[in-house]
Amino acid sequence: MIKGFAGFIRLASRPLLIGLLLCSIVHAAHKPAASISAAALVQPAALVAQLRDKSATAPVLLQVGSRALYDQGHIPGSRYAGPAGEPKGLESLHAAVASLAKDTPILIYCGCCPWNRCPNIAAAYDELKARGFGAVKVLYIAQDFGADWIDKGYPTESS
Amino acid sequence: MKAPAHFAFAPCALLAAALLALAAGASAGAASEPPAAPDFTRADLAGTPIKLTEFRGKVVLLNFWATWCAPCLIEMPRFSQWQRAYGTRGLQVLGVSMDDAREPVLRLARQHPPAYPLIMGDAALAKLYGGVYGLPTSFLIDTQGRIVARYRGEADLKGLEAKILSLLPGADR
Repeated sequence: MIKGFAGFIRLASRPLLIGLLLCSIVHAAHKPAASISAAALVQPAALVAQLRDKSATAPVLLQVGSRALYDQGHIPGSRYAGPAGEPKGLESLHAAVASLAKDTPILIYCGCCPWNRCPNIAAAYDELKARGFGAVKVLYIAQDFGADWIDKGYPTESS
Repeated sequence: MKAPAHFAFAPCALLAAALLALAAGASAGAASEPPAAPDFTRADLAGTPIKLTEFRGKVVLLNFWATWCAPCLIEMPRFSQWQRAYGTRGLQVLGVSMDDAREPVLRLARQHPPAYPLIMGDAALAKLYGGVYGLPTSFLIDTQGRIVARYRGEADLKGLEAKILSLLPGADR
């Protein structure tokens, strides 16, 4: 009976263990979004207000998630800068900011996954800071771009 | 030329509205008919064409995922387990990668082969399904080809499995 139960536990938990292993590999390679200081965060509602205020200077908006997500819908005026959690994405980010002055206000966002699981946002933030950009802000997307932006009816455009 | 979202998404508005009515993990209410799952044909990683309607008569779990999505990787081994356990009873899992490139998908599939086919997705395919703006996102399609549930974010796997079992041919409802 004990052997049977142990076998059952092994069988039942194997997919979970494999999943956790895969997940840990991904996580190990990515710095969590929680590492970004609260002072750098912008709430979606605040960004919407800023975008609607014609007298305010809009930051350079960069989406640092996947192309498929960007093409479906993104914040008006934002540019696709590539998934910063991957080497090719970082190259794309470098290209996107190559011509910008270091004091340019930049706001990055992703929204591919829940905030604590996002592989891109902290990587992009750290990279921009490391390259000397001093006015980088990050859009705080708690759940994902769908729940925290699209569903709220905030302005969106598609490619 | 970029189109405002409300115009660009208009063709999918009805489907999106119907999907909004499907709370995560909840089946469609008796009062509203579940929307038909839009058909598509895409090649799997081996190049074999996969047409969704060819799975008619089966329960299809359509899972949008990506290699960089940690919650997705939690789900996938369980989906493989279900495919092996329930495939002969009429379950078909289909994975749609939202990665920008095929290479990481091929690499993961080589290292941890799923028990179900994988295809590459894009914005067009996602828009067919009312938009997939976060991962993972899964759609549960019944044997009549209707979307009976949408799961946004990491699914409650226990609840999802129970829902699948209730939909399989021959299940008591």
